[in-house]
Amino acid sequence: MPRPRRLWPLCAVFFLAGCGGRFPQSTLAPHSDFGRAIDRLFTDIFWWAALVFAVVETLLLVAIVRFRHRPGRAAPRPTHGHTLLEIAWTIAPAVILVFVAVPTVRTIFVTAGTAPPDALKVEVVGHQWWWEYRYPELGIVTADEMHVPLGRPVQVAITSADVIHSFWAPMLGGKRDAIPGHVNRIAFRADSAGEYWGQCAEFCGASHANMRLRVFVDSGPAFETWVRDQRAAPAPPAPGSAAEQGRTVFARSACIGCHTVQGVSAGVIGPNLTHVGSRRTIAGGMFPNDSAHLAQWIADAPALKPGSIMTRMKPPLTDADIAALVAYLQSLQ
Amino acid sequence: MTHAAVHAQPAAPPAPRGWTSWLTTTDHKRIGLLYFWTAFAFFLVGGVEALLIRLQLAQPNGHVVSAETYNQLFTMHGTTMVFLALMPLSASFFNYIVPLQIGARDVAFPRLNAFSYWVFLLGGLFLNASWLVGPLFHAGRWNVAPDAGWFGYANLTERQFSPGPNIDFWVLGLQILGISSLAAGFNFIVTILNLRAPGLKMMRLPTFSWMTLVTQFLIITAFPVITVGLVFLMFDRFFGTHFYLPQAGGTPILWQHLFWLFGHPEVYILILPAMGIVSEVLPTFARKPLFGYVVVVYSGILIGFMGWGVWSHHMFSVGLGPVADSVFGATTMLIAVPTGVKIFNWIATLWGGDIRPTAALHFAVGFIAMFIIGGLSGVSHASPPADLQQTDTYYVVAHIHYVLFGGTIQGLFAGIYYWWPKMTGRLLDERLGKWHFWLQFVGLNLAFFPMHFIGLLGMPRRIYTYAPELGVSTLNLVSTVGAFLIAAALLVFLVNVARTRRSGARAPNDPWGGATLEWSIPSPPPVYNFSVIPTVESRMPRWRTEHHAPMADPPAVPPAPIHVPAGSRWPLVAALGLPILALAPLTHTLWLAFAGAAVLLFGIYRWAFEPFEV
Amino acid sequence: MTHASVTHTSMGLDSRKMAFWAFIGSECLLFGSLISTYLVYKGKSVVGPYPHDILNIPFTSVSTFDLLMSSLMMVLALAAVQRGDMRWAKVWLFMTALLGMFFLGGQVYEFTSFVHEGLTLQRNLFGATFFVLTGTHGAHVTVGVLWLLTLWVRALQGKLGPANAMTVEITGLYWHFVDVVWIVIFTVVYLIQ
Repeated sequence: MPRPRRLWPLCAVFFLAGCGGRFPQSTLAPHSDFGRAIDRLFTDIFWWAALVFAVVETLLLVAIVRFRHRPGRAAPRPTHGHTLLEIAWTIAPAVILVFVAVPTVRTIFVTAGTAPPDALKVEVVGHQWWWEYRYPELGIVTADEMHVPLGRPVQVAITSADVIHSFWAPMLGGKRDAIPGHVNRIAFRADSAGEYWGQCAEFCGASHANMRLRVFVDSGPAFETWVRDQRAAPAPPAPGSAAEQGRTVFARSACIGCHTVQGVSAGVIGPNLTHVGSRRTIAGGMFPNDSAHLAQWIADAPALKPGSIMTRMKPPLTDADIAALVAYLQSLQ
Repeated sequence: MTHAAVHAQPAAPPAPRGWTSWLTTTDHKRIGLLYFWTAFAFFLVGGVEALLIRLQLAQPNGHVVSAETYNQLFTMHGTTMVFLALMPLSASFFNYIVPLQIGARDVAFPRLNAFSYWVFLLGGLFLNASWLVGPLFHAGRWNVAPDAGWFGYANLTERQFSPGPNIDFWVLGLQILGISSLAAGFNFIVTILNLRAPGLKMMRLPTFSWMTLVTQFLIITAFPVITVGLVFLMFDRFFGTHFYLPQAGGTPILWQHLFWLFGHPEVYILILPAMGIVSEVLPTFARKPLFGYVVVVYSGILIGFMGWGVWSHHMFSVGLGPVADSVFGATTMLIAVPTGVKIFNWIATLWGGDIRPTAALHFAVGFIAMFIIGGLSGVSHASPPADLQQTDTYYVVAHIHYVLFGGTIQGLFAGIYYWWPKMTGRLLDERLGKWHFWLQFVGLNLAFFPMHFIGLLGMPRRIYTYAPELGVSTLNLVSTVGAFLIAAALLVFLVNVARTRRSGARAPNDPWGGATLEWSIPSPPPVYNFSVIPTVESRMPRWRTEHHAPMADPPAVPPAPIHVPAGSRWPLVAALGLPILALAPLTHTLWLAFAGAAVLLFGIYRWAFEPFEV
Repeated sequence: MTHASVTHTSMGLDSRKMAFWAFIGSECLLFGSLISTYLVYKGKSVVGPYPHDILNIPFTSVSTFDLLMSSLMMVLALAAVQRGDMRWAKVWLFMTALLGMFFLGGQVYEFTSFVHEGLTLQRNLFGATFFVLTGTHGAHVTVGVLWLLTLWVRALQGKLGPANAMTVEITGLYWHFVDVVWIVIFTVVYLIQ
């Protein structure tokens, strides 16, 4: 088999500069072994398809141009068929398909989702409409963003707490559905550090479009730092600070019914917020994690995310309360 | 029918008059026209839904429609196009053309035929009523249309996650429509097998009638499976069972298996009739017989059978395991072979011909050109690992629309331009027809080709908006422009229809030089079709072949009076029972179930004991 | 006389009979899907009652025998109609319907006793799949009984005779099909546990 060629015509035609940074969810720029295996296969299939396309469309075009009616043309010979031709154009596509099928089956088994026993285990749970990540061996529960170490095998076990979702970070590989009552597995080893975007890829209700995800591939030391920070209890807010005020608001509000902050509350309906301040995004990956968005989100989540069950508080929080909460949440690093 | 009566009554019975005669008609030609206009209207409705979708997606973070409305739009676009537009448009040709092609006076069961149409109309109205009846369900909005996709995956469709009436409309509406298709399936199987003119052996049957036959077998075997799936969902939603719920040991995957066991044959139901049309149009305008008729027919039959073995290729991301994935990947690749064989035979039909570029021919060639693209993207889907990147993205949306729009719809338009003179007695304007073709051809490629890239760049499907950072904004805008170009093309078609309705050139029996029986009778045909049922001696009875002279057309006037049934009101009455029955669970009103059943039974009894002579 | 019954058809088969065989083919897929679901969910119920707790083989064997006998009655009814013996035709038609009604009565008794023992549609997967499968079959039997009684009334009115033997033959096809489906259900649900 010749070395697979990159899909440069696609890139060129639509000025995909670098096939990467400008297209954060591109399937054409893999950064893991899982992704590369798929990409190699797709490239092969693409070139076979391009060949068949060129040949067959050309034949069609030639037929309609060359045999267009011209005055005085003799009546066409009434051919009914040609057995040899029929055999030929049955066998030729079948042979091409064998060239597609063999690498396909090989890749299926390579990407079947089993990782070596020393792989980092991550459990992914899909909820309407956010992603929960649990690291059972590290004792970490978080949401919205997954961190994995560069170059180390990762075993992802995917399920759902409610309806069917699909976990998909295109640059790291293909998608697998998150199905309640089932566990699907992906195994991959990322080969470059960075931030990889993805989103739910199975229609799951009102805010399916808003169920976004990010996977951070951290170099060894950076990953260790992240693990250490995630496992640590959150530092208590400084006395008299806005953050301390915010913790008081948090503890007396309905927030505690849905969210867990280690040492303060134990709700399991919404994302774990123990280290929410350390995250890049909030609201299931919808918004950047900054004061403005946090405030808007707390004030009226359903207005921003249709169907969200994080309904407005009754009675509504005051602006001062919200500002305090924001300060508190940002302190939860 | 005595000889004395020959002088007493006119040889040709007068055509029925008045709009009420349409309510009681059992004439396959009138039923074909009813199907056509109703289906085309639903096609436009589905098209408007598509335009709203494209407007919303023209820019990232669009605000044209709300998320809830968007989810209803894409659900209804898919459901409408599949069940209310494409299938019934094909059915309009099954109805009008197949009896003519086989030399019959009507279908085997004319009242059952009428019943099928009325049930289709009522089912379509029932489903679409959901756009307007929100207030009746205290919904706080007008539209409570189905909103979980045309494929309605459990367990999103369960009462817990879809509490409103939306999914109830979907489940009940589809059950009603299923009855329509099943009834028509039985009717056409018997018609094609049993009512052929003398000498019309199966291997002399026109390809369109052959593909219709295969399609009907697919319908009567596939629809029961989705019926069962929908029954389970209905029981989960109304009676508290747990067929699709993991808490009780069930699995939502059961729905997917049942749905796709139906769903995959369904896509062949959608494409085979159009392939049949192309197989008729090409020979007529290339003035050459279809190349490899026997192979084309057997390929169609093979596709029908093999279509049952590929369903889990819609489930490659579900985690069925590497063995199942490999098997279904292999069977899916295998089915590409008979499909490709047909394409080669069509090209060989054109090759060496004397091609007259009529509008119908444009659409037939357009079908081949676009179906090649759709078929090739389909082959890339057949590889499960590759599909893990493609499934549930706009890449699949591209594939679907290349085969269904580039394929089926172009094929159906080829049929429309081809058989319009036969069905209406007027010729459509050829120049406008070519404008329609080119505008639509450019439009469909602008609309759907970018979707390959949009999907590969990571945009999933069924999302009401997308982030600008994805880099697919421009491509989405281009796609939206293409969609509006398609709309413009359809306007051209409607103008063509309106203009030629009264003042179009009158069509002779045979405007195109066709080979098959429908061209041997007037346009439109008299109510009895053939004054004398012809005896058929070849596959192309109206053409001179090496072995046969062209057949003589039937005489203009029948030698003896021909009895034609007067019609019946009972199919409509019985059909009315079904939506009444469906209203019972929808509105939680038990007596409506008894009322609906009573109307249905009453209609059936009167139908069964009515003196009706075919 | 309708076109459908005219002897000249391309395949030499009465159109109504052909349509009915196509319908039976379709119904095979319907019952096949229901039976497959029963089998897929067999053993997956999280709570009881389970099949071995509740199914009463002796009782159901009797109702199976009843249905088989009703098929015999149906054969005799058709034979009587074909030879023009309307007196016996009425007897056998009614007996077929009566045995069908006994079967339905047995089903009602079985269903109500299962419910009393705690097996409902909602209880577990066994309840759901069992009741939907056998309930669908029971609905088919009910339609068949109504159909048979209609023919019986027509016969009483003198409107049934050898000329409409085809109608009775098709009724027989339906009835035998419903019986065969029951044999499969009895085997899969009751006998093979």
